[in-house]
Amino acid sequence: MTDATIAAVHDREAAAASRRHFVSRTIIYALLTIFAVIYLAPLLILVFNSFREQPEIAQNGLIAFPRSFQLKAWAEAWSTYCIGGTCEGMRRNFLNSLWMAVPATILSTLLGAMNGYVLSKWRFKGSEVLFTLMLLGVFMPGQIALMPWAFLLGKVGLTNSTYGLILIHVVQGISFTTLFCRNYYVSIPDDLIKAARIDGAGFWRIFRKIILPLSPPILIVTVIWQFTGIWNEYLFGVVFTSGREQPITAALVALTASGTNVRAYDVMSAAVLIGALPPLLVYFLGGKYFVRGLTQGAIK
Amino acid sequence: MSSLNIRNLRKSFGAVEVLKGINIEARTGEFIALVGPSGCGKSTLLAMIAGLESVSEGEIRIGDRLVNSVAPKDRDIAMVFQSYALYPTMTVRENITFGMESRGVPKPQRDEAVKRVAALLQIEPLLKRKPGQLSGGQRQRVAMGRALVRDPKLFLFDEPLSNLDAKLRVDMRTEIKKLHHRVGKTTVYVTHDQVEAMTLASRIAVMHQGQVQQFDEPQVVYDRPANMFVAGFMGSPAMNFIPATLTTDAEGKPAVSFKATGGTAVLTLQDGISPGAAGRDVILGVRPEHIFRYSHELKASKKSIASVDAPVEMVEPTGAETIGLMRFGELEVTGRFDPDEAPRMGETITLGIDMSHACLFDPVTRNLI
Ligand SMILES: Nc1ncnc2c1ncn2[C@@H]1O[C@H](COP(=O)(O)OP(=O)(O)OP(=O)(O)O)[C@@H](O)[C@H]1O
Ligand SMILES: [Mg+2]
Repeated sequence: MTDATIAAVHDREAAAASRRHFVSRTIIYALLTIFAVIYLAPLLILVFNSFREQPEIAQNGLIAFPRSFQLKAWAEAWSTYCIGGTCEGMRRNFLNSLWMAVPATILSTLLGAMNGYVLSKWRFKGSEVLFTLMLLGVFMPGQIALMPWAFLLGKVGLTNSTYGLILIHVVQGISFTTLFCRNYYVSIPDDLIKAARIDGAGFWRIFRKIILPLSPPILIVTVIWQFTGIWNEYLFGVVFTSGREQPITAALVALTASGTNVRAYDVMSAAVLIGALPPLLVYFLGGKYFVRGLTQGAIK
Repeated sequence: MSSLNIRNLRKSFGAVEVLKGINIEARTGEFIALVGPSGCGKSTLLAMIAGLESVSEGEIRIGDRLVNSVAPKDRDIAMVFQSYALYPTMTVRENITFGMESRGVPKPQRDEAVKRVAALLQIEPLLKRKPGQLSGGQRQRVAMGRALVRDPKLFLFDEPLSNLDAKLRVDMRTEIKKLHHRVGKTTVYVTHDQVEAMTLASRIAVMHQGQVQQFDEPQVVYDRPANMFVAGFMGSPAMNFIPATLTTDAEGKPAVSFKATGGTAVLTLQDGISPGAAGRDVILGVRPEHIFRYSHELKASKKSIASVDAPVEMVEPTGAETIGLMRFGELEVTGRFDPDEAPRMGETITLGIDMSHACLFDPVTRNLI
């Protein structure tokens, strides 16, 4: 008898709890959906417009459901559209960005890993101070360095060149990559390094055989971070390169600014999407690892 | 010949002196245990022997070679870490061969060595696994394997068993002992478990506050502890310390007296011991196993049995023995009893104390008299 009463009370409590649970879930999902729509809407509009015909866009407005379909805008944006006199589309700038972002990402990530390794596992007098100073770079806006870079690039003869931009992005990126890697490597037990030293491994062998094999999660994070950051950056691109040497972000600025008679929204949309594809691709391929790498330590 | 010789070794981290003049030497093939409470500097000492910490002052010699500034890899040592420190991304085999690979040992020789060690430690089936796929005991074995494969002059162990559960720890302890018998390498073994130290070591260095309190054979450390710290640290339950005064018994023999519950107790000291003039304050140290239920047969069979009455405050049966807490005036005294003659709660028991094993300490210097 008493058992039954207790069970009934429990049932009632359980039912109330599951109702509360259901309500809170619904609210959470509703909010998430709203935000997802807000973030995805511009992308969707761009995609639509890149396949719509220009007259139809002009007639129905930028934000409308597509009534026409064409692939021409993509081809034009890629190879023939005219920006500021040259009619080569975005192709050259796209490749510029690629030749800039890939080496700069690899170099800054490698340097960050090495810095992180030294700052976490081979500490020396003043290494903490050094690390703190490097952290300043994380919070320093890029424009502060504009003048110094202009001076330096001029000195070494790298103005209006992809190499100059690589140099800038490697140096500007090191604070971030060092921070990521150092904080990750701190969680690798020092005993591993000690054991390896007794085993006769030196600085580089420990780095290659012990640290690097443990690093994929954080390297993925830094690569994604650096690649998207460098690809999307345009201030340095606009300031230090011009015309055919510009990365795609800078070229897009020129594209939207080039005030020819009619705005070709279809081509512009396609061009913007071409410029956005690599980071999106990187995100789709590696986003899962990005979150995992940021939250997980080196050793489970 | 000694294969490890440490002289006046000092270590400071900044202003804090962690080791204050350590002297230890190990003969070839000896098993030395370093014991002491947490923070007394055991790991620091071991790391200095390994070359992982720099020497502030003093000398470390391994096999007659001064190694103060020799790199860890050139010291001819192998070390087992408390955390095992297995390389997580390598297989067991790679873990074991990593050191040989670093030293450029050719592959056939490496394979040979792995085979030998894997057979010795019975880890052949594990060679292809990663450390993450091993149990605690298996990891421990692999860590030992990594050390054994080196055939070094000196083995260093830093609390290798403290991460294992109680039963496994006892098993591995036995195994380490067997292994040491078979391999016969000089070993320095850090532990804060005094039972481990007693069972494994040929000599024990008891450390406290950066100093070696006593460095001697286990039985000597146990029976004749150099001071009250060692006496209290070695043995569980700990030795009883009873503040007492030197006096003479009814027959005029040297004795100690102290306030027991029913009045003053006078315990005759073992024959032939005369620790000083009557009236001197001392601390009487009696281990729990030297306290029993008094009987006349006992008195007849053993020499130097003194008796004292005490009320029983608490009884804790552990199966093999029963721990009893008795009140001696203001003190609580622990005794280990055979379950058959265990005291009962509330009873006033007549205790026999084996004075031949009792120790006397100076209350001021706290050293053995
Ligand atoms: N790098 C360091 N810097 C400053 N102090 C340190 C450093 N390493 C150790 N110490 C201090 O030295 C003392 C001895 O440390 P150690 O690790 O040798 O103790 P231990 O006897 O091994 O203790 P446990 O049993 O807990 O392992 C401790 O007080 C510790 O705080
Ligand atoms: Mg320690």
